[in-house]
Amino acid sequence: MAPIMQLVNLSRSFKVGRATVHAVDDVTLSIHEGEVVCLVGESGCGKTTTGKMAVGLLRPSSGEVRFRGQDIWKMNTRDFRVYRQAAQIIHQDPYSSLNPTQTVADIISAPLLRHGAARSRHAARDQVAELLHRVDMTPPDDYLDKYPHQLSGGQRQRVSVARALTVNPSFIMADEAVSMLDVSIRVSLLKMLGRFRSEMGMTYLFITHDLAVAKFFAWDGRIAVMYLGRVVEIGPTARLIGHPQHPYTQALLSALPEADPVATRQKERVQLRSMDVPSLMNIPRGCSFHPRCLLFEPGLCDVAAPQLVDIGHATEVACHVLARQHGLQ
Amino acid sequence: MQSGSRLGSDHIRDETTLAVRDLWVTYQARRGAVKAVRGVSFDIRLGETIAFIGESGCGKTTLGLALIRLLPKTATIARGGVTYARNGVDADVLAMDPNALREFRWKECAMIFQGAQNAFNPVLRIRDQVWDTARAHGESDSQRIRTRMLELFRLVSLDPERAMNAYPHELSGGMRQRVLLALGLLLDPQLIILDEPTTALDILTQRSVIEVLRNLRQQLDFSLILISHDLSLAAELTDRVGTMYAGALVEVADVMDTYYRPYHPYTIGLIRAVPTLSGARRDLISIPGSPPDLIEPPTGCSFHPRCPYATAPCDKAQPGLETVGLNHQVACWNWQTVIADQGARLATEAARRD
Repeated sequence: MAPIMQLVNLSRSFKVGRATVHAVDDVTLSIHEGEVVCLVGESGCGKTTTGKMAVGLLRPSSGEVRFRGQDIWKMNTRDFRVYRQAAQIIHQDPYSSLNPTQTVADIISAPLLRHGAARSRHAARDQVAELLHRVDMTPPDDYLDKYPHQLSGGQRQRVSVARALTVNPSFIMADEAVSMLDVSIRVSLLKMLGRFRSEMGMTYLFITHDLAVAKFFAWDGRIAVMYLGRVVEIGPTARLIGHPQHPYTQALLSALPEADPVATRQKERVQLRSMDVPSLMNIPRGCSFHPRCLLFEPGLCDVAAPQLVDIGHATEVACHVLARQHGLQ
Repeated sequence: MQSGSRLGSDHIRDETTLAVRDLWVTYQARRGAVKAVRGVSFDIRLGETIAFIGESGCGKTTLGLALIRLLPKTATIARGGVTYARNGVDADVLAMDPNALREFRWKECAMIFQGAQNAFNPVLRIRDQVWDTARAHGESDSQRIRTRMLELFRLVSLDPERAMNAYPHELSGGMRQRVLLALGLLLDPQLIILDEPTTALDILTQRSVIEVLRNLRQQLDFSLILISHDLSLAAELTDRVGTMYAGALVEVADVMDTYYRPYHPYTIGLIRAVPTLSGARRDLISIPGSPPDLIEPPTGCSFHPRCPYATAPCDKAQPGLETVGLNHQVACWNWQTVIADQGARLATEAARRD
């Protein structure tokens, strides 16, 4: 089956004064119907910019975003409207993404009225109640007339989810959707989002900096690791976490402390050649990871940027040295 | 799993640095008094690292602030005692006058705040900020301060000359955090309080700060209080862990016991809710409900509305910390049931593994 979402050679740069920041550089990624793909990486790696382009909030500088095979920026108005409904967003901060002057009923019914899914405020209210049921806020009557400040962080994030569900989306981009929630609340939200996959075949682009959360949420999906605007490794979650291939992925996984005293103290650490993260305005030539990489070979890594190559186990890496080891270069 | 040497607990000396007894802190809010810290007691020994873990609003930061009396004006220490000891001399922290407090802070006890890496004065070089700190605390021998600072910068893996002459914006977040650690140690305090030291740092930067902290603990003699919501950080760095819930300390245990044999239902819930990287994916279980209102906390044990083990007496009276094992204290009416239940669960898990 054709992928629901395709990012093809996607790039985006921003002008900052006279300089140019290459936030996303040549990202290609396909997401299939019902699949979960996690984008992980450190701050400034371009994961949010990529996510924003996937839902049409940002126009790419070059490349295409294809939704069900169609380039979203070449769609006619009607198709674009259908796409806009089908692709929804859950934001990071449940405190600033809800209008503080509106009640839960107002917030969730706005898209219903806007997209003509409900004829009147009165009819919308019943639909809102049902949506609140779906996000486990029961009984809905307890929440309908509350304002965001009267809700806890977890409840607010559920309202955000309910709002995203109003227009029956098939694709959700969740940008650090659980990062601001406490541990005890995080799990129930992740489980609820996971349940939507089996209940309604939801597809997710899940953006997080937390690899352990990515592992939990995308266990049967894939993880894409980004570094300085490029995808350096992408593969099935269990494989990527258990057998990371790219030196950057290995460094990340080895650096993370874990909530297990013995495991975390015995972990082998990958030492990098440099601790400095290059500036996005001055990205190193060739492979952007080469100044820090242990596999660095002069003349190979600092000349051209490596492309993603398939090294088996459905895993792709962007690394000259690994590609050569697999006889691909 | 029992070996003390792997934990490196031999650096702990049998000498109490700080003794906290029945500490209560309340904030005055429009709706009433917020009981942010409720009856916390603990000891920390010289060389020991203790972490206070818990979710937002559990009172861990307030506890840290109360220990060096840096609470905002709206807060009052309702009752309790904080005794600091150095070289066999005791000092009552809560009774100190402003001058004594100034001597106490930074020279005896330094606190590094959450996000403080962004609190440097942007127009002063690091060396000027070092001297300002030293002078404010009565140190005037600039040569001595300089030597000490260079030595500390080396300890935290910074290029000493470069760090001294840099402006804050010339340093990365991780470097600023390490400058801050060095600055905290400048006047040779015996106790350091770190509030969320690695939050907002990237993964690889966080690793470098963790390594520096571990290194400092091996080289210098000080006690460390780590305040964090991050269970992984506590697992990696500490000797003992105190779990806080709704302002109260509900469990205190050695780090191994906290993670492998937790006995308070809340600690058990927290540990089971955290995803891990190594091993297969395990199912996570969330704690039902949400944290309580601290103005009108639930009667009795404040965790009882969310607790799977709650029985009749739990909503009547607040349980105190009881010793249930070696260095292991739990505040729970039903700790015996919990232990039996946990023992059975651990046994089935072990059987499944074999």
